[in-house]
Amino acid sequence: MLSSIIFLPLVAAALLAVLRVPDRVARWTWVAVTTADLVLVGVLIARYETPTDGGLAFEERARWIPSVNSSWHVGVDGLSVPLLALTAVVFCACAVYGLREDRRPRQHAALFLALQTTCLGLFAAQDLIVFFLFFDLSIVGMYAAIAGWGHGREAGRSALQFFLYTFLGSLALLLGFIGLYLAADPHTFDIPELIAAAPLQDHPVAGGFVLAALLVGLAVKTPTIPFHTWLPPAHTDASAIGSAVLAAVLLKMGTYGFVRIAMPALPDAWRGAAWVVLAVGIASVLYGALVALAQTDVKRMIAYTSINHMGYVVLAVGAAGLAGTGTAARELAVTGAVTQMVSHGLLTGALFLLAGVLHDRTGSYAMRDYGGLARTAPLWTGLFAVAAFGSLGIPAFSGFIAEFQVFAGSIGTTAWAAIALPGILITAALFLRALQLLGTGLPGGRSIGFSDVRAVEAVPVTGLLLLSLAIGVLPWLLLDLITPASAVLVDLVGR
Amino acid sequence: MEQSPLALLPELCLLAGAVATLLAGSFLPRQRQWIARLIAVAALLAAAVSAALAFPRHQNGHFGGGDAETVFGAFVLDTATGVTRLVVVAAVLLVIGLGVDELAGTARESETYALLLLGGLGAIVLAATDDLLVLAVAFLLASIPVYALVGMVRSPGAAEAALKTYLLGALSGIFLLLGATVLSGIAGGTAYVDLATGLAGAPAAAVAVGALAVLAGLLFEAGGVPLHQWVPDATQGAGTAAAAFLTTVPKIGALVAAARLVDVLPDALSWPLLVGLLAAATMTLANLAALAQTDARRLLGWSTVSQVGYLLMPVAVVSSTSAATPALLVYLAGYAVTNLTAFAVLAAVPGARSLTDFRGLARQRPWLAAALGISLLSLVGTPPTAVFLGKLTVFTAAWDGGLAWLVVVAALNTLVSLFYYLRWLVEAFRPGDPAPTAGWAHGAALAGALGVLAVGLGAGLVTALTGDGTLG
Repeated sequence: MLSSIIFLPLVAAALLAVLRVPDRVARWTWVAVTTADLVLVGVLIARYETPTDGGLAFEERARWIPSVNSSWHVGVDGLSVPLLALTAVVFCACAVYGLREDRRPRQHAALFLALQTTCLGLFAAQDLIVFFLFFDLSIVGMYAAIAGWGHGREAGRSALQFFLYTFLGSLALLLGFIGLYLAADPHTFDIPELIAAAPLQDHPVAGGFVLAALLVGLAVKTPTIPFHTWLPPAHTDASAIGSAVLAAVLLKMGTYGFVRIAMPALPDAWRGAAWVVLAVGIASVLYGALVALAQTDVKRMIAYTSINHMGYVVLAVGAAGLAGTGTAARELAVTGAVTQMVSHGLLTGALFLLAGVLHDRTGSYAMRDYGGLARTAPLWTGLFAVAAFGSLGIPAFSGFIAEFQVFAGSIGTTAWAAIALPGILITAALFLRALQLLGTGLPGGRSIGFSDVRAVEAVPVTGLLLLSLAIGVLPWLLLDLITPASAVLVDLVGR
Repeated sequence: MEQSPLALLPELCLLAGAVATLLAGSFLPRQRQWIARLIAVAALLAAAVSAALAFPRHQNGHFGGGDAETVFGAFVLDTATGVTRLVVVAAVLLVIGLGVDELAGTARESETYALLLLGGLGAIVLAATDDLLVLAVAFLLASIPVYALVGMVRSPGAAEAALKTYLLGALSGIFLLLGATVLSGIAGGTAYVDLATGLAGAPAAAVAVGALAVLAGLLFEAGGVPLHQWVPDATQGAGTAAAAFLTTVPKIGALVAAARLVDVLPDALSWPLLVGLLAAATMTLANLAALAQTDARRLLGWSTVSQVGYLLMPVAVVSSTSAATPALLVYLAGYAVTNLTAFAVLAAVPGARSLTDFRGLARQRPWLAAALGISLLSLVGTPPTAVFLGKLTVFTAAWDGGLAWLVVVAALNTLVSLFYYLRWLVEAFRPGDPAPTAGWAHGAALAGALGVLAVGLGAGLVTALTGDGTLG
């Protein structure tokens, strides 16, 4: 079942790439396939029961490269199910939004369907080579999306920068994987086996180097400072859908790698590096928020808030590695981290799609070009306001649940985590400022004659916001999935 | 000692095929040279079948391991030879496939096919021998057809490249003979078994001089630093089929031969470090040189030199880890199919020389552009392609053999290489009007691209063929 969820979009992508169907058919096929995949993921969640032994559900394994003990091994647990669901939701929303795409819609749909397979595959991977395969292919796919459908003048340049930077990360990751493989006895790329063996437990130096390689690889993708410089240009020049997928799903690959591979397979080294990770997390939170505050371009601003929001995740996983502190607090931090991944995906996806509407109408992201959009485009302003408030962490939305847990857990382990608290305040300020610049006042500049969101734009954004609301109101829906897995993870890190 | 000529059936097929092609070509009118082509292809297919049937069944990763036997005292029938035979034969078939449009009806069509077969034969003997004298003969057999192939096109560039290749080749050949003389003089024999025992107590400096001189010859054949200068010129000056051949097939023979030699050298000198430094120099220099290229052929020429750098990594650690030989063979197979696919794309757009000539390819010929994308991404080492599998196994082997620093250098080089491969790929996706395309080469490019993916996705089968790479 899991394999068919992963490969359904790829099969559809191959068909769309080969068959010269009319544009209309291509667009609707994209919507239909992503909806079908979403339904399948829904069925998977309905049938999912937390594995009692801390293992995996829906496990599938097939021979691939037996000589290096690498196999097609997929399976899910409480850490991966939420991200699989997020991927399916975001891509479905993007497919609906993409109904208005008029630049080579057939190839566009095929590309994003293929990209969906790489994201789903990565979150289900239980083998380092499978993980790396999807990690690298997601870079190639995103590069094509920015270079081929980006709308900035510098799209090619930004895409190249994105590719080179994240490819550097993936090479560091590959080195770390090879290090783990060679350390394990017998040598293996299988993630559960590596976690069970924790091969570098008694080798602080080798473990430190391998973890450093993994950290660099994952930090580039997340991105944390100082590896974030590729993100703002990539977002500025990507299309709305490209940005939404990049921020909502691809960034999660980095932080997911922390909880899936780096933490449980290298517990000793992780505990040793926990303070560094924590510091990087705090710095990302504050730096991302401050730089976002200084932006005049709404899309760049959202991009920098991504660095801020992903900083909370890094902060929390760092706190989870601090030894000698309460287990409950560390579990809370991990749960908060995974919740934040989902929450950021939903809200930032919505924000980027809304920013795309601005560019579609007027070709400008500059906040000063607008004003008074509440009059000319009340629906757009309303949706943007909801997404902004959700993103700054107002209660009743997922962002609050996530950030509350991140801070309750992290400050529970160390009071130093409180340094990151002003991040929330700055984020609130910058979102309110953006809302004020765009929405309030008398319509002026490009706001005049601005046509409000159409159905194909409003429906996906509303869907994402409703899900965020649902998690905010009924958090147990999500937390029941995550909590057992974070208990297992904290247990593994504490070894 | 086995003396049955039947054990060399694949080689005999190639030799007989070369002679028959040449003879048939001299009697056939120019419009019917396709018969000579058919003879060459039939000889290759016969060689492929006999090589597959003779493939050693129980193998392990070591040279001469498993049920390997040595025929005529100088030709080892082990996994490495078996894989080399298959890869070389498949590579020559692909070269002919991509070269048909270019060669058909030309004045020297059948001669070209005969030279391709002879060069392939030379590469196989080079890879299979464990005797210095046969190595010297194989060196000549592998390199002389290359000189002729480079000069086959009567253009000033080709003439210059042929002369350069010939002079450098002659120099390297003398080095190789000198080294063989020194080594056999010290060890008291030319067979590698004699070297392994005879060199053990010998003066390290003499061994170093002899072994380095032999390695110099093999480095010329492979196109590695410091004897690589002929590769970019020959790739740019020669015809596309000849360029595809000379950047693929001789490398296969030379690198397996180098691995066999390094395997028997005594530990008095740190050979892993020395070969590792050569590998690092080769990949770094070639990647930096490739960055500035604007001619697609020349860019690909430098790219093949950089790939030799990665291929030298398992050669460096061949005696320290059992994973080295399987890794080398996997990388060679993946590299051969990938590099030939890239050349097939070149051959499919004969009018395109500079990178900008490929503009509009994606719009007009989406399949060809896809083949180009797959081959270039494979050369970078993106999964699930052939060279990714090679890089994975090679990096693992080098790290396991104690050269972790070289793995880091190789990873950084991979990043640099991404830059120039992407530059080419980006041009293909820009709007424009590409030159007209050729049919056979188009087909060869698609077949090659499928092969690249098949090697990557069917990794289990490929690694099963190259032997058990399980470490430790």
